[in-house]
Amino acid sequence: MHMSPNQTSAEPVLSVRDLTTSFLVDRAWKPVVNGISFDVLPGETLAIVGESGSGKSVTSLSIMRLLAKGTSRIEGEVFLNGRNLLALSDPEMRQVRGRDMAMIFQEPMTSLNPIFTVGKQLVEALTCHGQMSASQARDEAVRLMTKVRIPNPTARLEEYPHQFSGGMRQRVMIAMALASRPKLLIADEPTTALDVTIQGQILDLIKTLQEEEGMSVLFITHDMGVVAEIADRVIVMYRGEAVESGSTEAIFHHGKHPYTRALLSAVPRLGSMTGQELPQRFPLVDIRTGEAEQARPVTVDVDRAAPPILSVKNLVTRFPIRNGFLGRPTGAVHAVEDVTFDLYQGETLALVGESGCGKSTTGRSITRLVEPNRGNITINGVDMRALGKSALRRQRRDIQMIFQDPFASLNPRMTVGAAIAEPYLEHKLGTQAQAKEKVADLLERVGLSPDMMSRFPHEFSGGQRQRICIARALALDPKIIVADESVSALDVSIKAQVCNLLMDLQESLKLSYLFISHDMAVVERISHRVAVMHLGEIVEIGPRASVFDNPQHPYTRKLMNAVPVPDPSRRGVRRNLDADELKSPVRPVGYEPQRGSYREVSTGHWVRQE
Amino acid sequence: MIQFFKRFTTSSLATIGLIVVLVMVFAAIFGPLIVPFDPNAQDIMQRLKPPMWQGSEGIHLLGTDALGRDIFSRVVIGARVSILVGVSAVVISSIVGVAFGLIAGYEDKYAGRVLMMLTDIQLAIPFMVLALAVAAVVGASLWNIIAILGLTNWVQYSRVVRAECLVLREREFIQAAHMMGISTLHILTRHLLPNVLSSVIVISSLLVAKMIIFESSLSFLGLGVPPITPTWGTMIAEGRNYIGNAWWVATIPGIAIFVTVVGVNLVGDRLRDLLDPRLRQVES
Repeated sequence: MHMSPNQTSAEPVLSVRDLTTSFLVDRAWKPVVNGISFDVLPGETLAIVGESGSGKSVTSLSIMRLLAKGTSRIEGEVFLNGRNLLALSDPEMRQVRGRDMAMIFQEPMTSLNPIFTVGKQLVEALTCHGQMSASQARDEAVRLMTKVRIPNPTARLEEYPHQFSGGMRQRVMIAMALASRPKLLIADEPTTALDVTIQGQILDLIKTLQEEEGMSVLFITHDMGVVAEIADRVIVMYRGEAVESGSTEAIFHHGKHPYTRALLSAVPRLGSMTGQELPQRFPLVDIRTGEAEQARPVTVDVDRAAPPILSVKNLVTRFPIRNGFLGRPTGAVHAVEDVTFDLYQGETLALVGESGCGKSTTGRSITRLVEPNRGNITINGVDMRALGKSALRRQRRDIQMIFQDPFASLNPRMTVGAAIAEPYLEHKLGTQAQAKEKVADLLERVGLSPDMMSRFPHEFSGGQRQRICIARALALDPKIIVADESVSALDVSIKAQVCNLLMDLQESLKLSYLFISHDMAVVERISHRVAVMHLGEIVEIGPRASVFDNPQHPYTRKLMNAVPVPDPSRRGVRRNLDADELKSPVRPVGYEPQRGSYREVSTGHWVRQE
Repeated sequence: MIQFFKRFTTSSLATIGLIVVLVMVFAAIFGPLIVPFDPNAQDIMQRLKPPMWQGSEGIHLLGTDALGRDIFSRVVIGARVSILVGVSAVVISSIVGVAFGLIAGYEDKYAGRVLMMLTDIQLAIPFMVLALAVAAVVGASLWNIIAILGLTNWVQYSRVVRAECLVLREREFIQAAHMMGISTLHILTRHLLPNVLSSVIVISSLLVAKMIIFESSLSFLGLGVPPITPTWGTMIAEGRNYIGNAWWVATIPGIAIFVTVVGVNLVGDRLRDLLDPRLRQVES
């Protein structure tokens, strides 16, 4: 099925020799990419994989020569079909871009101009290199839209980008990139911002198009699962250098460099926990030797005989959509619809689902960051919805939240020590001196050093900041922590460490977590129970082992099937997912959905009946 | 701080602006010590003399006015009023405007809407007319002028601060503060205020220049600081009648206003370039 990449006699489409890119930082040239060399053969997919800051994106931007002049310097040689791109003049380079090689980016949301129709933008891409009249270009645009499997292409050409979903927009971007039949497609994290089922569709599409067009793909990603699925060969980058390269099989099965092995063993694998009842820590990987050391198992089970610490009954949250001159509501987003679950002390309940499924709104409704419309929320026997403003402030000591973006969730103008001490002092739990002790203690607990107290957030890395956020959430000695995509923005190795930290804290402090995530592989490791959400409703809930080993609801199955597995032997596998879009939970005013009924599959494992 | 100063002075225009501002501040503080003549001493024999005039008591560097008063001394002393009015009025309007902006940006249900309505009303009233009316009713004095200018120019602050707060409010650190039960007052003062401060500094520096012009305009119209205190605006008003035969009487205070305003604006522009995070990224 797959084109053979091993035509060693063939001339490489792209050949990079000793590429070194430096940035001007404080009037000194600092190399970001250091002496990288590689070839991309015709019809081949080469993946560059690495964590943030490894220089993988800078490599692709250097090849495209899209870096700002004056503050960046590119050395070495880049041959595309035998032409040295670095020696070309700017107008010549513009001809090369888009015609001989094209690029798709991570953010399909921002790569299209919102004020022009999709058709107009496609036609522009087709006509800008000349040789095509406007009407020819229109026909070609329809052909391209069909090629990237956009349903009903002629009508959709007249629509604006905001009428397309993220996955559909990425298809449009791919169509645009294909406009001039490029020899080389550079894809810079093209599926990272997409939901997992949509990611599966786009990966399938890229594979199919590659076969049809015979183009080469340079695929840049941080996701080992995606690499295993799409790449013929892999280059592993670490701190600006290519530490290892080889065929995908060789890298995955006999990776030699410690970093490669560390990266691979840190990747959460869906299905690695079959038969395990309790959560399990990630293996600890030594970055110098690449040896994985099995972490201490989780031994303490949850006591479900005691009353639950958090009990949510028939929770409903809707956001009105106002329209027109008087701003009358014309509909409502049914973000959370009739959600019911319990959370016990020391337990992790994961809420999983794709964007827009209402999992974050559920978390925010429980903490009353958004006001729910109906339902009961009981924490430790206290009815959260009946509380007044000041009582709510006191009650929030029991339930704290960790957010997704560790960069946005710390005040940039406040030292780390002040940020962690603030809730403690605000609730008058002790004196300044006691607060300082508390901060030192918390910083140590989350694996940081107490003398970091006086530093500002920008002096820390993403993983360290997330630890600081965890320390801050613990300052009030809460019983429940709502972790809203708290590890999603982190690199794999950091992700594993932070997950382990959360599990350690759960063990020592008897914390309960409501773990909101779209990442099935992480959820499998960390949670005791799982609730799958779709269009605001829980479609399946139960013990993790039961839900993952025996998924009952079609949506759960679809979700699990779409997760990329870091196993290169599955490369030829197509998922045959339909090019559908996520359904919208927008309903007209006054719409009351039917109450779902649930069927018990095994003990505590409930499935919504369709 | 030293590094900031170094970056500030990499622009030569901004350096010139900074020197102008420093000279004016120096004149305002030490004016009475450095002037060669009493600014209010009249000498009928020496009226309307051109610049560099050798008078009986010394050289009139910039000439004399219709009452024989030394223009150089009056310009130096006039800097006092201009700087005092400019800075004090800006302090008042920034306090009012920032407070309104923070509240309106953070809580846009009831209080916020009322405050924004006030802002819109304020914007709809021509400032000069309002200032003239108030000055006519409460009478003209230095502190009245400061109060009038201060209380009619807060709109810029409240609009900018509100807009920034609307963005900041959705940032996760504000939501985290909510979760931790931080009181509204502390969210406003500890979390929002420090994050809008750089914009406030920039607006202030540009507004000082505007205030100096407003004060001069009011003084020119006779509703500013009472005549016994020399101000640049009154000096222009007095010199207006002699513009045909003694151009320097009105022109020199005019130049003083012009130079000061340009200087302050240059400093303000540079501050904006350095402090606005969006522009800062482009530069670095």
